[in-house]
Amino acid sequence: MVLVAEVKQVVAPGELVAEGDHIVGDNVYRVGNQIFSASVGIVEADGNRVLVVPLKGGYIPMVGDMVAGRIVDVGLSGWSVDILAPYPAMLPASETPGPRGPRRRDLSESFDVGDMVLAQVLAFDRTRDPLLTTKGPGLGKVSTGRVVEISAAKIPRLIGRKGSMIGMLKRETGCQITVGRNGVALVWGKSPEGERVAVEAIYMVEREAHMRGLTDRVREMIVKAGVVGEVARV
Amino acid sequence: MIAGGKRMDGRGPESYRPIVIQSGLIEKANGSVHVSLGKSKVLVGVKVEVGEPFPDTPDEGVLTVNAELVPLASPMFEPGPPGEQAIELARVVDRGIRESKAIDVKSLVIQRGKKVQVVYVDVYVLDHDGNLIDAAAMAALGALVNAKVGKFEMKADEVVVKPGRHALPLNNYPVSVTVAKVGKTLLVDPSLEEERVMSARLTVTIDKNGAICAMQKGGLSGFTVEELKRIVGLAVERSAENRAKVLAAAKG
Amino acid sequence: MLWEKLPESKPPELIDSKGFRADGRRLDQLRPIKLEVGILDKADGSAYVEQGKNKIMCAVYGPREAHPKHIALPDRAVIRCRYHMAPFSVDERKSPAPSRREMELSKVIRESLEPVVLADLYPRTTIDLFVEVLQSDGGSRCAGIIGASLALADAGIPMTELVAACAVGKVQGKLALDLSDSEDKYGEADLPVAFVPNANLVTLLQMDGSLTTEEFEKGLGMALEACRTIHGLQREALKKKYHEMKEAVEEKEESEVVA
Repeated sequence: MVLVAEVKQVVAPGELVAEGDHIVGDNVYRVGNQIFSASVGIVEADGNRVLVVPLKGGYIPMVGDMVAGRIVDVGLSGWSVDILAPYPAMLPASETPGPRGPRRRDLSESFDVGDMVLAQVLAFDRTRDPLLTTKGPGLGKVSTGRVVEISAAKIPRLIGRKGSMIGMLKRETGCQITVGRNGVALVWGKSPEGERVAVEAIYMVEREAHMRGLTDRVREMIVKAGVVGEVARV
Repeated sequence: MIAGGKRMDGRGPESYRPIVIQSGLIEKANGSVHVSLGKSKVLVGVKVEVGEPFPDTPDEGVLTVNAELVPLASPMFEPGPPGEQAIELARVVDRGIRESKAIDVKSLVIQRGKKVQVVYVDVYVLDHDGNLIDAAAMAALGALVNAKVGKFEMKADEVVVKPGRHALPLNNYPVSVTVAKVGKTLLVDPSLEEERVMSARLTVTIDKNGAICAMQKGGLSGFTVEELKRIVGLAVERSAENRAKVLAAAKG
Repeated sequence: MLWEKLPESKPPELIDSKGFRADGRRLDQLRPIKLEVGILDKADGSAYVEQGKNKIMCAVYGPREAHPKHIALPDRAVIRCRYHMAPFSVDERKSPAPSRREMELSKVIRESLEPVVLADLYPRTTIDLFVEVLQSDGGSRCAGIIGASLALADAGIPMTELVAACAVGKVQGKLALDLSDSEDKYGEADLPVAFVPNANLVTLLQMDGSLTTEEFEKGLGMALEACRTIHGLQREALKKKYHEMKEAVEEKEESEVVA
C-alpha cells in the first residue's frame, strides 16, 4: 500500500495517486492495483481511505445536508426551490412548520418567489429530485444578512476540521455565519464593516483552499482589517 | 453476442451478412443501385445535371452526396432535416468517393469556369438493421458505375445534351468496411443488435489499390492501437471481396 | 461583376529542399501551443487554446438540469457538444448557420470525450460542451478537443483522464505532424487522432486523403507520441493557477519573515 502522490498535492484527472489495497474514496477510481484521481484537486488520506478533494465542482445534494436556496415558484402544495444544484428542489407545504388545512390557501404568504430559505434535504436519490424540509431549528425564511455564493466544493474547507475555520471566522469577525452545504453562506454582523470583512474572508478561503496555513493567514487578514471580535447575538 | 465463435445470426466475427445488389431500378435517375446488407436496405440514385463549378476549381466538375434516413426505415428515425447521423453518413460516403478520386472530375467540365456536370449522389435509407455506412457506400459506388449520361456540349451560349448513354468517367472504386467492438471482440459488419451494444466502431474506406482513403471512428468508447491495425487489415481483405460484388452487379 | 475574379489557388511550396515546412517547422514538430484554463466567468468550466493561428474558446455548462426534459437519461448525464466556427474565423467569411461539417465535428468531438466522463454520477442532467473557433488554421477539431478536455476538468466534472488530440498528414509525399491550414488544403492526407494515454485508447480517428497501410501505422505512431506531449502540457495548464498561487503566498511569507 503506497501513497504515490503526497497529501495536499494538487493532482489532475488521470494522475496516479496510490497503489495497493486502499479504500477508494471520493473523486478517485481504481484500475487493477492502481488508484487514479478523477478531478483537479488535492490528495487526502484518511486512514486507509484515499480521496481527492476537488477544487471546483457543483453541488450534488445529499440527504441531511443543510442548504440555502431561493424560491423560484409557488405551486399548489409547495414551492420550487433553486438550491444551485442540477436538480430543482421541492419544498412541500407539509414539510413546513405551521397551521395545516384549508387556512393555508395562499402559500406565497409564507414564502414568495425570490425569498431565501434555509432548509434540509429530506430525500434524494438517482430517480427523483430533492425534497426539502424547513421543520427544524434555525430553518425557514432568511430575511436579513448578506448572501455569499462560493463553489460548493470549498464548503468543507470553509467549515474546517471540527469546525475550526468557521469557528475562527465567527470569533474574529463578530459575525453570525451559517453555511449551506450547497455553497451559500449567510452572514449577519453587528457592523457593516464586520460583515464586509467576513465576506472577504470567505472569498479568501475559496481562493486559497488548496494551500497550507490558510487558517492563520485568514486570521491575520481579519486582524489587520481592525475588526472588533465579538460574537453578534442575532 | 458471441458464443462459441458464432454471432447471434450464426456468422463468424469477420463475415459480412448476405449482400444482394440490384441495379437500374429507378429509370428517371442516371444511375441507381439498391443494396440489401442482411436486412438493411439502402437505395442510391445518381443524377447528373448542369451547374457551375466552385470558384476555386473552375476546371473540375462537382460531386455532392446527401443522405436521408427516411422515417419509414426505422422507428428511431423522425421526419425533418438531416440530423447528425445522416450528415455523418453522407460525409463518410462522400469522403470515400472524393478522396479516392473515383470520379475524374476534370472530364466533367463543359465550359471551363462556367458550366460543369454536377453529380448528385443521393442516399436513401429504406430499412435500418445496422451498418448503414457500408451498405450506402456500396450502393453509391454501384450507382456511379451504373450511371449512364448523355453527352454535354456547348452550342452557342447554351448547354445541349446530346442523346447517348455514356458511363461516368471513373478511375477508382472505393469500398468501406465497418467493424464494431463488442466487449473485447471485433465484429465486421455489425447488425443493429450489435450496434446497440457496441462500445465503438471504425469505418475504413479502401480504394482499388489497397490504399486507405477515408476513416471514421464512431461510438462512445475507443480502440487500442493493436485493434486499429487489425481492423485496417480486415478492411483491406473484405473490401476487395465486396468491390468485386458491386462491380459485377452494377454494370447491369 | 463588382468583384474581380478570385485568382486560382496555386499550391505553395510546402516543404523546401532542406526539409523545412512553410512555417519553418520540421516534419515531426508541433506548432507552439498556449493553454489557459478558467478564463470565462459564467461558464462552469472553460479553457482557451492557441495552436498555430488557431484560437479556440471552450466552455462547459453542467451538470445542469436537462432542457427539454425529455432528452434526459435516467441513469447518466447526457453529453452534448456544439462545435462552431465564427464567421470571421476563416479566409472567406463563413455564414453563421451551422454547416454539415460543423454538425459532423460536433458529433465526433463529443464521441472523443464521452469515454472519459464519469457521466453515471449525474443521472437526468446534461453536460453541455461548447467549442467556438474564433480563428481557424488547420487542426481545429484537435485543438478543440484539447480545450474541451480542460474545460470539463475545470468545471469539476469527474473524468478518468484528459483527452489529448493531434493530426498527422501527408505533405509532398512525407508524413508531417500537426498540419497547418495550407498543408491540410494542399496535402495528400489528413489524419486527426484523439488519445487517452492511461487507457491506451484512441477515441477520435478520422482520415481523408490517401495513405498506404504502412503510412497509416507510422503516422498514427507520430500522432500518439505528440498526444502524449500535449497531454503533459494539459496537466500543467490545469494545475498552473494553483501552483502560481502557492508560490505567490510562499514568497510573501518568506519576505515577511526576512523583514
